[in-house]
Amino acid sequence: MVAVRYKTAFQLYPYQRSPDQDLSTPVRHPVVIVGGGPVGMALALDLGLKGIRVVVLDDHEGVGMGSRAICFAKRTLEICDRLGCGQPMVDKGVVWNLGRVFRDTHELYSFNLLPEDGHRRPAFINLQQPHFERFIVERIREVQARGAPIEIRGVNQVIGVEPRGDHVALEIDTPDGPYRAEADWLVACDGARSPVREMLGLGFKGRVFQDNFLIADVRMKADFPTERWFWFDPPFNRGQSVLLHKQPDDIWRIDFQLGWNIDRKAVVEPESVLARVRAMLPDTPVELVWTSVYTFQCCTMERYRHGRVFFAGDAAHQVSPFGARGANSGIQDVDNLAWKLALVLRGQAGEALLDSYDLERRHAAEENILNSTRSTDFITPKTPVSRMFRDAVLDLAERAPFARSLVNTGRLSVPAVLDGSPLNGPDDAALPARTRPGAPAVDAPTERGWLLGLLGDEFRLLCLNTEHPAVTVGGVTAAPVQLSTEGWPHLAERWLGDAPRAVCLIRPDQHVAARWIDPAPGAVAAALARAMGLADAEA
Amino acid sequence: MLKLDPNLPDPDGFYAELLAAHEGLTEAESHALNARLVLILANHIGDRAVLAEALTLARETAAGGRR
Ligand SMILES: Cc1cc2nc3c(=O)[nH]c(=O)nc-3n(C[C@H](O)[C@H](O)[C@H](O)COP(=O)(O)OP(=O)(O)OC[C@H]3O[C@@H](n4cnc5c(N)ncnc54)[C@H](O)[C@@H]3O)c2cc1C
Repeated sequence: MVAVRYKTAFQLYPYQRSPDQDLSTPVRHPVVIVGGGPVGMALALDLGLKGIRVVVLDDHEGVGMGSRAICFAKRTLEICDRLGCGQPMVDKGVVWNLGRVFRDTHELYSFNLLPEDGHRRPAFINLQQPHFERFIVERIREVQARGAPIEIRGVNQVIGVEPRGDHVALEIDTPDGPYRAEADWLVACDGARSPVREMLGLGFKGRVFQDNFLIADVRMKADFPTERWFWFDPPFNRGQSVLLHKQPDDIWRIDFQLGWNIDRKAVVEPESVLARVRAMLPDTPVELVWTSVYTFQCCTMERYRHGRVFFAGDAAHQVSPFGARGANSGIQDVDNLAWKLALVLRGQAGEALLDSYDLERRHAAEENILNSTRSTDFITPKTPVSRMFRDAVLDLAERAPFARSLVNTGRLSVPAVLDGSPLNGPDDAALPARTRPGAPAVDAPTERGWLLGLLGDEFRLLCLNTEHPAVTVGGVTAAPVQLSTEGWPHLAERWLGDAPRAVCLIRPDQHVAARWIDPAPGAVAAALARAMGLADAEA
Repeated sequence: MLKLDPNLPDPDGFYAELLAAHEGLTEAESHALNARLVLILANHIGDRAVLAEALTLARETAAGGRR
């Protein structure tokens, strides 16, 4: 029997017996994804859209209750746009730009995320994780109806994993009892406690933080502005911090830091949670929607690829919630892995390309862990001296603007630049740094709409104020997207700087692979080969 | 490059001013003042390489040579 570990908010994939369960020989699937959280579902969608046959096994029948993640970053929305589910997220989500930082009862300062103009998507939206996941699954249903080869099997719990050279053997439990299946490639997206990782005896190393946080999602009709408020040492939570954030549907997230020595059962009693909320908001009637206590760790696996098994999302790396880097980085894992797996499955690239997933995403995870650890050290000082410096920063912040840059209540997720990746090709240093090889393409309005929409999900040659023919390597074509920057200052500033023209090779995950002002004959083909992991072909 | 040669006009005057800033403070308040002072000066210097040298020097010159 499959145990129910959590309540579902939306029942989206109830158990249905699969024909696989009636066969005596296990069925072999090209790709099996374990875990239908945001990462597993987004990966299934990405692969399915590329025509790759994929099965998702999830041990529940829908999206878990409770809004763990609420902040979804611009890059995540751009990836979801590519997958065709960005718009409903933005429509439902709450956009915020202003943050205020308080200490005790008074405001120290406020900051504006100052979104740069000339982007389709805002820096962040707030949206409950169950809605985020639901929009992905709804998109899967839409593309399934049009023939995308995605299959979701609810209440299918993976209980055995055995790598066998050219495939991975699986044992799966269901309400009708266990069955076997096989996968050419297995992707474990089964969350921070990853049973697949456990079953393979692989480690998860890092730091556990000795602190507890209480989340209270409350419904209230409050006319607070849509802002992020962060308190250090407020009267309603002495010596600790509190975060208030708005979500859709009049729901607010309140996050109370509790310290280490607490009675974890007692603090989540509704009366006790309500008492805290009332102390904070004495005049506002509130209704509790969801509460939980969490502790966190910043951990990563040593490698994200083990032969035919990949790890993505929380299964591969876990960060503290400060900075909203969990789901946001998991979606970038998907963005990075899907096209590589698709090329290898189609026989257009070799396994070296798959190793670059490990390299590139570990680089990103290290950056995320570094940022999230630093935020945590600021919010939860570990020693008397670190508390002294933290308080010194806060003492100065009101008067001295420089100190505000040291206040760290979470450095909000920005996508990793894949500097040093073996897939990166030549650069021309005269072009702007922000669109250098390894960087995610920076959006801009163009004569034909938003740039990222034009780039799509295949290799492209972005030709600005110049022309270049399509280039094909091993059956993979980078088709030109030709644009003039005349009258489109954002495009010119972000992609050309002072240069008159440029040709940029863009990967299917919309990261820049290489760029030139005037590419030499053959240069683009060599860079395309390199970006496909065929580095030898370049010589 | 971190300056190690004398750079302060009227060093005795500065030293007296530094002590005066701590006058009447408890030990904890003095530590806190020093922490603020470090941050203020670090921002003023604004050069990470110089600050790194300063941190190393301060760390290496602990009384009794403790590292
Ligand atoms: C309080 C809190 C606040 C957060 N806020 C943010 C935020 O603002 N922004 C952000 O980006 N991130 C945030 N996060 C992190 C975010 O929630 C996670 O990073 C995200 O859920 C990871 O997604 P995932 O798909 O990797 O794993 P999960 O969401 O954990 O999904 C794993 C799935 O695998 C299934 N599964 C597990 N074992 C098996 C098995 N044996 N067989 C089959 N299926 C299995 C599970 O049922 C589940 O459906 C927050 C987290 C917390 C706790």
